[in-house]
Amino acid sequence: MADVINLKNICVSFDDEQILKNICLDVEDKKFLTLLGPSGCGKTTTLRIIAGFLQPDSGDVIFDGKRINGVPAHKRQVNTIFQRYALFTHLNVFENIAFGLRLRKKSDSEIKKSVSEMLELVNLKGFEEREINSLSGGQQQRVAIARALVVNPKVLLLDEPLGALDLKLRKDMQKELKSIQREMGITFIYVTHDQEEALSMSDKIVVMNEGLIQQTGTPLDIYNEPKNAFVADFIGESNIVDGIMRKDFSVDFSSHNFTCVDSGFKTNEPVDVVIRPEDVDVVSPDKGMLTGTVTSITFKGVFYEVIVDIDGFKWMIQTTDSPRVGENIGLYIEPDAIHIMHKSEYSDLYGDYSSYSEEFDELSDVGAVQEEEENE
Amino acid sequence: MNDSVKMRKAMTAPYTVWMAVFVVVPIALVVYFSFTNVGGKFTLDNIKAIGEFRGTYLISIELAFVATVICLILAYPIAYSISRMKDERRQQTMIMLIMLPMWMNFLIRTYAWMTLIEDTGLINTFIKWFLHLFGYEFEGFSMINTQGAIILGMVYNFLPYMVLPIYTVLTKIDESVIEAGRDLGASGRKIFTMIILPQSAPGIISGITMVFVPAVSTFIISKLLGGGMTYLIGDIIENYFLGNAGEVNYNVGAALSLVLMILILISMGIMNRFDKETGEEAGGII
Repeated sequence: MADVINLKNICVSFDDEQILKNICLDVEDKKFLTLLGPSGCGKTTTLRIIAGFLQPDSGDVIFDGKRINGVPAHKRQVNTIFQRYALFTHLNVFENIAFGLRLRKKSDSEIKKSVSEMLELVNLKGFEEREINSLSGGQQQRVAIARALVVNPKVLLLDEPLGALDLKLRKDMQKELKSIQREMGITFIYVTHDQEEALSMSDKIVVMNEGLIQQTGTPLDIYNEPKNAFVADFIGESNIVDGIMRKDFSVDFSSHNFTCVDSGFKTNEPVDVVIRPEDVDVVSPDKGMLTGTVTSITFKGVFYEVIVDIDGFKWMIQTTDSPRVGENIGLYIEPDAIHIMHKSEYSDLYGDYSSYSEEFDELSDVGAVQEEEENE
Repeated sequence: MNDSVKMRKAMTAPYTVWMAVFVVVPIALVVYFSFTNVGGKFTLDNIKAIGEFRGTYLISIELAFVATVICLILAYPIAYSISRMKDERRQQTMIMLIMLPMWMNFLIRTYAWMTLIEDTGLINTFIKWFLHLFGYEFEGFSMINTQGAIILGMVYNFLPYMVLPIYTVLTKIDESVIEAGRDLGASGRKIFTMIILPQSAPGIISGITMVFVPAVSTFIISKLLGGGMTYLIGDIIENYFLGNAGEVNYNVGAALSLVLMILILISMGIMNRFDKETGEEAGGII
């Protein structure tokens, strides 16, 4: 399918600090693309460049095959949902949604028709006369969506639109946004730091960090085949251990040789090995490929989260068994649960649960807290 | 009633007493004097006497109105350009400069204008000297003791009261709201008329109130810059209370004040209605 937007070698810096470093991105038409990354990774900046609020220092912004670098925001066929909705508080719901149509000099009857269609789409029928300040956060969000969609954009940009909503509402809105995207058949470019949100909504995810694109792919690709330790750690939980690729389909780590499904590495190449906590089976010590001592166990509802010390490296395992703290257990890992990555600048930074605690994990989920503060 | 509620009630008592003594009682006295004669008997004569001051009321309102309009025209661009400054410290400096003259005594500021615009004042002296250099003789402009001079005094003295509330609402407008406007297709001019101007209406309204009310009741400005040629209602009231023009008569003075107060209340009421109506009108076309 054709691309609706291409970013070519985009660079942006503020005050000598490089925010985007040579970003290249192709956005397929009618797809749901997510820019995912921690705060300060450049995802919002990328969105603002597409919207036209920001001009890149160098590089090209291509829309429908045409270069639109100098085109101001109000002449672009893209619309934005802002983080804090940015509704017009001096106008009621109807006039907020009608705003873009009035600028396009539509007739009153046309405006009335389009606005009520939109209100129906976002489940706000009968809210026409309501003042913005009398609406809840979720309702304001819906008005913002209707206001942007009513002008028929080819691409809708969403900047952490669900950040200010509570968990339950956020889940509902995720589904709703996804179904709106399908129904309208337009491209969504969605910015978030929430990996779960990204995995469940997107056709394609672009993982960013420090102004660089780390990996682009479908949610499954990103989860199962992370390209480096950063992506593996940012998307879900991962144990990342040092290993050496002996030959194709054979890797050494934790003083043990494993069969794996990866190939194409150099002989004896040092690599990062990723094993997802849910892919490790707990067995008796004599049957295990690795053995270790349980140092902590947390009940999580569906499973237990177990931290196991294996030769000084702490692994996280998610299991329905419930070993006791201090118990010696064996671990069994299937070949296809082992994912091999080339070493990168992020090696050794992530994937060890030595200093792990619930509290710490929340603190290190930087994106959530910081980014919200930034946008106060 | 529990203790904390009692406590809270007790803590509001000083304010209640303050309001009673310094707000309710004075207004009651104004009303009392308005409807009594010198002997303290009920009469409507004071109110009837007001008829002869109709012209004074009209000229007071007219000058205050003109001054308010000029203040608004001057203040909005000032407030707007200050609020658009990127550097916040520069914004604060500019606002401080606007406020600076207000730290000086009102009388001194007004006297300063007298020495500037007098027939033999600085401005005329300079122009005469300048033209004299080229061999022209010039009698000088007569600026002082005109209605224009009174308006000048009002505008100069009350301009900060217009700038500040407008500046405050303008800085409160969220940048993303303006971006949303651009995003939906509004160009610079449309952004201003469709978003910034309506969103700054509350500031404009309070600015107008804060300029119009003191302007309509001023007496110093008209006295010093108007030279007694133009009597404003404030001057008449002052005269009745101080006896500058004949006998002291609190009763007529009070009646004049009462009517002025009612006129101000009515115009404020109209202003507020107007504010609400624009809000509804812009929102309720269907």
